[in-house]
Order: sequence, then C-alpha cells, then structure tokens
Amino acid sequence: MYSLENVIKKYERHGQEVTALDDTNLEIPDNDFVAIIGPSGSGKTTMLSLLGGMLAPSSGKVVLDGVSLYDLSVKERTKVRSTKIGFVFQSFNLIPWLTARENVQIPLVLAGCDSEQQQQRASAMLEKVGLADRMRHKPSEMSQGQQQRVALARTLANDPQIILADEPTGNLDPETREQVMEYLTEFHQDGRTIVMVTHDEAAAKFATRTIRLVAGVAADLNTESQAEAA
Amino acid sequence: MKPYSLILKELWQRPTPMLTSLVAVTLGVTALVAIQNITVYSEQKISSEMDSLGANVLVLPPSVSLQNYYSADMHGKTMPEEYVTQLALAKLPGVQNLAPKLCVEADVDSIPVVLTGILPRSEFEAKAAWQGMSLLTSSVGSDRGCCATGITGGDEDEDPTALATKRSIKDLGKDEVILGSEIASQLGSQKGDKITLLEKEFKIIAVLPATGTIDDGRLFAHLHTVQELSGSGPVVNVIEIMACCEDAAGDLVGDLSKELPDTRVVTISQVVETQVAVNGLMSRLSWLFFSILLLVGAASIASVMYSNVSERRKEIGTLMALGASPAFVTRLFLGKATILGFAGGLGGFLLGTVLAYILGPQLLGVAVQPMPQLCLIGIGVATLVAVVASYLPARHAAGLDPCLVFNDA
Repeated sequence: MYSLENVIKKYERHGQEVTALDDTNLEIPDNDFVAIIGPSGSGKTTMLSLLGGMLAPSSGKVVLDGVSLYDLSVKERTKVRSTKIGFVFQSFNLIPWLTARENVQIPLVLAGCDSEQQQQRASAMLEKVGLADRMRHKPSEMSQGQQQRVALARTLANDPQIILADEPTGNLDPETREQVMEYLTEFHQDGRTIVMVTHDEAAAKFATRTIRLVAGVAADLNTESQAEAA
Repeated sequence: MKPYSLILKELWQRPTPMLTSLVAVTLGVTALVAIQNITVYSEQKISSEMDSLGANVLVLPPSVSLQNYYSADMHGKTMPEEYVTQLALAKLPGVQNLAPKLCVEADVDSIPVVLTGILPRSEFEAKAAWQGMSLLTSSVGSDRGCCATGITGGDEDEDPTALATKRSIKDLGKDEVILGSEIASQLGSQKGDKITLLEKEFKIIAVLPATGTIDDGRLFAHLHTVQELSGSGPVVNVIEIMACCEDAAGDLVGDLSKELPDTRVVTISQVVETQVAVNGLMSRLSWLFFSILLLVGAASIASVMYSNVSERRKEIGTLMALGASPAFVTRLFLGKATILGFAGGLGGFLLGTVLAYILGPQLLGVAVQPMPQLCLIGIGVATLVAVVASYLPARHAAGLDPCLVFNDA
C-alpha cells in the first residue's frame, strides 16, 4: 500500500519558488487502479516521480508497504524500484539500439538474472503482449502500438506489484489506445496496483478511482461524487 | 545479456560519435610505438657501430695534441704503464676494454716501419694484482654502465686478426709479431714468415685485414718486448679504451680524468654525442607526440562522452527508472571508456609497429622488431587517459535526474 503523508514539493525556478504539490495526503491501497488527471503543470508528473522513488519531497513522507521511501538510501530505493515498481512511459522509452527482447531483458539484467532466465522471461512477456514474432525487431522496425506493447512487456519483466504509467496512451491511435488500456486492466486484474497519469478521460474511465490535481492539490473525484450523491 | 553487452551493443550500433576519439588515441599510441621502436633499434645499431669502430676514448700524456685519432700514439710522449692497472682496478662503468700502446720507429730490411707494442689480455689475467678486477675476463657491459653487451670473450678473440676491430687480442708471444695489411704487402711477408726488428727475430703470426687506417702500415708486437728493445722502460704512449657510446658521451670522460689527473682524455665525442643526442631527441619527441595526441584524445573523449550523456539523457533516466543505480550508470560510461582506450592502445601498437617496420629501414636503415612492452605501455596509458577523461561525464550521467523520463519533465 502506498501513502503520501502531508507531502509538499517545492521547486526553485528562476529565483521563484513553485509549489508542485501542496500538503497532499493520499492513500493507494494494494490492487487499486488510480487515474491521476489534471491540467498541465498541476503536479501530476511530480506525484508520479515521488511515488517512483525518484524525487524526494520537500517535506512529508511517501510510504510504500510501511517503509518511508525517502528514508532509504539511494541504493535501497533503486532496489525497491527494480523489484516492486514498473514504469510505462508516454514515449515508450525503448532503447533504440536493442531488439524488442533485449529491451524487455533490461530490468532483468539490472536485477542480476542470468542470461537464460532473462531470455525465457522476456520471450514469455513478449508473447503475453502478442509480439512473439517481433522479438528480434528493433523499435524503429515496429509501429507505435507495438513499441508500447514492448514497453508493457518490459514493465512486467520483473513482475512488479505496482505499475506507474505516465500518459501511456498519449502517443497512440484510438485503436491501440484501447488495446493498451485493456492490457493495463488485465495487469490490474492480475492483482497489481496501477497509478496512471493521463489527460485522456476515456483512458481514465478504465481506472477504478480518479484523482484530480489542480495547482498541487489533490481531490478524489470518487469521494466527491459519493458525497454529492449522499 | 550482461551489463557489458549494453556497452558493446551501443558502441557497435552507434560507432560514429566515438570514432574521432578512437582515432586520436590510436594516433597517440601509434606515434609513441613507431618512434620508440625505431629509436630503440637505432640505439642498438649505434651501439653496435661504436663497437665496430673500436676504441672510442683515448688516454694520452697531458702535453699531447691530437691531430689524428688513429695516430694518437705517434707523438713520442709517454706515461707510466701502471696507469693501465690503475684504470683496470677503478672498474669505471662503461669501460669495456683497455688497450695500452707504445709506438717506436724501426726498420725491416732498411724499410722504415712503425712498431707498436700492445698488451695481450693474457698479460692482464696473469698479473696477480689484477686478479680481482675481472675486467677483461668477463663482460662488463651487461651490468655496468649502459653497455648493451660486452665485447670481450668469445672464440673470435682467439684469432689475432681480431686486433683490427677489437683493438686487443687474447695472446701474443714475446717473439711474435702481427703485420698490418699494407706493410705486409710492402715487405712481401705473410703469416709464418720470420722478420728481424730491432735486432730481434719475430715470427709473423697474422696479417691483419685492411682497415683503411694508419694501422694498415704498422707492426704489432708484445708491449713489454717493444719496451725492452726500445729501452723506453715501463711506459706507454696511449691507452685506448673501448667504452659504451652513451657512457663515452656522458660521465666517463670526467671519471677518467678524475682517476688519472695527469693525463689528457679525449673521445670521439662529437660522433658519440650527436648520435646519442639524436636518439634522446627522438625518444623525447615520441613522448611529446604521445602526450599531445593523448591530450587531444582525452579532450575529444571527454567532449564526446559529455555529448553522449546529453544525447542519452532519456535513456539513462529510463535505465534508472528500471532499477539502474548511479554506480551502474557510472560503470556503463567508464566501461565504454575502457574499451575505447584498450582498442586505441592495441590499434596504436599494431599500427605503430607496422609503421616502424616500414619506416625504420627507409629512414634510418634500421631493421626493427615488435616490442611487446610498448603494447603494454600503449594500452595501459591509453586506457587510463580514456577512463580519466570520461570520469566527469560518467559522474554527470550518474547524477542525472531520473524524472526526466516522464513526459513533461
């Protein structure tokens, strides 16, 4: 379970202080599927970075499974990232000079798995996303949708319990967007926690919960609508 | 896939950015290897030529002025023979051989000749006072001074004609004489004949091959016989010293003057100094070229690495998001630098060796062979330079904010 406890994140930009997240409290239980929406500059990416253990808050705590992420050393936090967290990026972030299978192998290389294990696991993940026939293809030899599926296979390589997705459908056509969201839903149904930052309201509808961020302040839309209904 | 596979694959797939740096490093090592290779073999050649030149240092009585190197003993001035013992016992570094000479005028069948007394090495060995010095009974060049090899010893020395090149011989009897080629021809004498000199009969044991020097017109007999027949007493006109060329150009003259202050020490200094200086200059130049080209290579590597880090920011961020630690990222770039340095060092060694092999005979008439030690130096230094030059870019990469992987970061 994730929780943000009174998290404040401030930046210094051109001598001016900018508050990206303002005293945010948020709980994300295990196997939740949360969509974070909001206008540009509202703090969505900052929240994703905080959750990914890549950006320390100015104050407050980010707790994952009872452990305060930013009280860990850089090495320990790297370990948490490589074992518990998977990332999906808007521009896929595949390594251009590696094949699809080698891209999927990267998290396994970083986790220290042996070559045979890496290849078996990577092949299985690519089969899972329907790219068994594209294993030796480089990203430039694949369509955008195929590249995003390779990225999804890479995300699953280490069997992470949490998937942090940054605009996963941002660069995709409607058909592929639907396909990617179905994969994320499937991963959620497999028991994983999904936190997805998106501008795409259609994509957000796949989530079980939506949080709107405006000027660094988070509001749970589900709770609000429940309150309104009551 | 191993972590180093990531480095190799990236280099293989995107070789262009690194090619300039690789060329600079390779050229640096090529310059070092080629010049050093030629220099070392040139030094060996010079050393060998100096050996074949014979004596390259002369110890003369103080009032003698040297007109002709090869007639340095024909001035009539003498100095005590005990100086030879003194020099031998001093064991000066770089001294390979001593050849004392006494020159007197004589005639054979009314033909005027120059009779030169020389001391065979067996005389040195026989003297009890010199037993401990072992100067002329074993090679001194291998462990003293800068001589590459000793010149004494060996079967060749047993042949009296070795006197022509080695300036000394192993044995010479009291009634034996060796003739220069020209005087032998003039007298119509040959090996085995007998001739009378200063009222003493001598047996000709060898006729020297022509050397093109004044020695061709001389007769050589045992020093002590010449001293006795001429009534000069235990004196010599000159002590010829065969010295290693670098020593002859260095401290040896000073050391000799200090040992025998009442003498004049001269050397073929211009020849020796020039040749040694040329070698030294080439050697220093090779290091200069090596340093300059490596500095250029280092600057190029650093610049290319920085730009590589800049180009791969998203890639590095992705690796970090996927679980790469800063140390892993640092290793990724330093590993790449190591491969570049190693490849540049090895390539430079191979290229330099081929270049030396081709240019050595053409430029200096020196045949060269590969020098494996230069391979180690080339690879070692090139790798070190590449790693040091890449350290800051690697640290910069490791310090990148992984959040840049996100869309609007």
